[in-house]
Amino acid sequence: MTKMSGAQALIEALKREKVEVIFGIIGGATLPIYDVLRDSGIRHILCRHEQCAAHAADGYARASGRVGVCMATSGPGATNLVTGIATAYMDSSPIIALTGQANRFSANTTYMIGKDAFQEADIIGITTPITKYNFQVKEASEIPKAVKLAFYIATTGRPRPVLIDLPKDIQVETAQMEFNNDVKIRGYKPTTKPHPIQVKRAVELLLMAERPVIFAGGGVLLSNAAPELLALANFLMAPVAISLMGKGCFPENHPLSLGVVGMHGSPTANKLILEADVLLAVGVRFSDRTVGTLDEFCPDAKIIHIDIDSAEIGKNVDVDIPIVADAKRTLETINQQLIQRLKKQRSSLWFDRVQKYKNQLQSLAESSSSGGYINPQKLLVELRKILPEDTIVTTEVGQNQMWAALHFKALKPRTFLSSDGLGTMGFGFPAALGAKVACPGRLVVDIAGDGSFIMTSQDLACSVMEKIPVIVIVLNNSMLGMVAQWQRFFYNRKYCAVELGNSPDFVKLAEAYGAQGFRVSSLNEFSKAVRKAMKSDITTVIDVPISPEENVFPMIPPGKGLKDMITE
Amino acid sequence: MMKKQTHIMAAIVENKPGVLYNVSNMFRCRGFNIESISVGPMEPKDLARMTITVIGDEKTIEQMIKQLNKLIDVIKVSKLDPDNIVIREMALIKVHTSNARTRSDIINYANIFRARVVDVSQESLIVEVTGDSEKINAFINLVKPFGVKETARTGITALSRGVKSIRIEG
Repeated sequence: MTKMSGAQALIEALKREKVEVIFGIIGGATLPIYDVLRDSGIRHILCRHEQCAAHAADGYARASGRVGVCMATSGPGATNLVTGIATAYMDSSPIIALTGQANRFSANTTYMIGKDAFQEADIIGITTPITKYNFQVKEASEIPKAVKLAFYIATTGRPRPVLIDLPKDIQVETAQMEFNNDVKIRGYKPTTKPHPIQVKRAVELLLMAERPVIFAGGGVLLSNAAPELLALANFLMAPVAISLMGKGCFPENHPLSLGVVGMHGSPTANKLILEADVLLAVGVRFSDRTVGTLDEFCPDAKIIHIDIDSAEIGKNVDVDIPIVADAKRTLETINQQLIQRLKKQRSSLWFDRVQKYKNQLQSLAESSSSGGYINPQKLLVELRKILPEDTIVTTEVGQNQMWAALHFKALKPRTFLSSDGLGTMGFGFPAALGAKVACPGRLVVDIAGDGSFIMTSQDLACSVMEKIPVIVIVLNNSMLGMVAQWQRFFYNRKYCAVELGNSPDFVKLAEAYGAQGFRVSSLNEFSKAVRKAMKSDITTVIDVPISPEENVFPMIPPGKGLKDMITE
Repeated sequence: MMKKQTHIMAAIVENKPGVLYNVSNMFRCRGFNIESISVGPMEPKDLARMTITVIGDEKTIEQMIKQLNKLIDVIKVSKLDPDNIVIREMALIKVHTSNARTRSDIINYANIFRARVVDVSQESLIVEVTGDSEKINAFINLVKPFGVKETARTGITALSRGVKSIRIEG
């Protein structure tokens, strides 16, 4: 037991959780915390908008597998975090959000919770549906336990955001603090070990399969199960299709890789997954953008579904063998049993068919015209050749994201970070900053669109002042491109509210913040600019004008199934 | 489409502020409808029991239970077996009484329903009825012609019959 203030206890507890960095913006209701933080040895990165602080913490978490921490003051500071928290929630990213709050008690003023105090917002009420858990600390002495609990809940089971709301008077109040490592929560006991009978049934089914397909998602990355997945695919000679969240969990240059399934998935993945007789789904949630119409999804397949969140099983797609457990542990167990049972060489019929399809459909994916502009698809293929394998790529949301998903092959886990569930425009750049802080020795590149980048570009200031150099590639079609594409296809080309024009000049914007900017008009110039940026120790924005008419293909019209893919 | 039915769930939860909000908010977010919910502390005092009545098909109910279980402050959820259950609801019903004749009629009805008259005034009386929801509905329908001025119902609370009980470990 040590006597200290609430703020001191908070910082001490964060240090015990090995927190090295906090992304945030200071404000009136967090002043006591910052007073302790300044000499604590924990790095604080001053963002320019709280949304960026949350996305940066999210990018940090996704790149490193560790918890990302963000902090904001009460009221507007806290509400500005909301988009970032919701983004992390939808994509199962473990972040901790700390918010200041009005006083719990106050003697001579009404600066107090429940009195509509200055900068008071009910952030607990607001974030309840977008956090795994949230709570307001009621006594200073509860802080060590609150932090322990928050980290435990955020990182175990299905990782997700936790928010701690800290009234200002509690930050100042002193109390005897007890730092204890025990965590006991009656209502929270995540299952990590697979049920042996279910595993046995899954193994039997996989051994009998003639056309097995593995469908892998973000859960594989979260449980660090990429090696087990690779081994399983090789044992079974089973092609691997991935969800968008799964990018990086299986090397996309592997002969068994099919690429991403879904509305803008690869033709190979969308066609072959429908032929499966056994589908092993691991760490996926069968989202609407992935499966299209439910009754047409894998009609002939028996489905095995592995997920640590039991509520995901049977939520969207009915499955034959549910396994509620950690992906890594389950795949390990399946692999062990398969090795013992796989005696004879598996037939190569399915493998050959997969290869034939891949070759046929590859050419389909690469053909597209761009009327004198740089072709973004070709640019992304070129970019992959230039960047080292361990480069971390983030994306914004829209066409840039779909082109990146289709044409930029992710080869290693945690190297492709994208807001896939919530689809948050403006995510890529601050997430890139967070990733760079987590992995300072590696290159970090944000594949952006002009519409998305403008939403969080003010944090160029953060990137320059905090010396966090990243590369932003703006695929600039002067349009909100994805929505424009929908208006072209489904609204008779009647554009409305999608034309962004030529403002801003992204080169000058970068320079205004003290970053560097290039504009390129050929693939050759682009490659040169990227190589220059890779050597730079300040952030680089590369503006790439592309055709406003450019589409993302293939495409599955909304309300249709995977078989209704449009390819040109 | 699977058949929609009434289901009763019992949830043992942490007895602390905000838990009812978490539970009801989850139902709202997921588009599930609550028919009735009743909450009260239990033994030990840091636990509370929620009795939640919902209408839905098997698949929806399964999702509800899984989503409830996911909430950190929800400790245990059980779907109660409709064939082996004691269900009670209480209602207070204020009925208009214009004269002594109607008053005695209502008192007679109350006796038949094993209900109690708990308040009498010149122009109204309050009847307390306990039973399953059908019994309460029947009583209300019976006294409706006299003029029902106000009703307050507790919502359903329920326990499984016999030795079976929801147990909390540790």
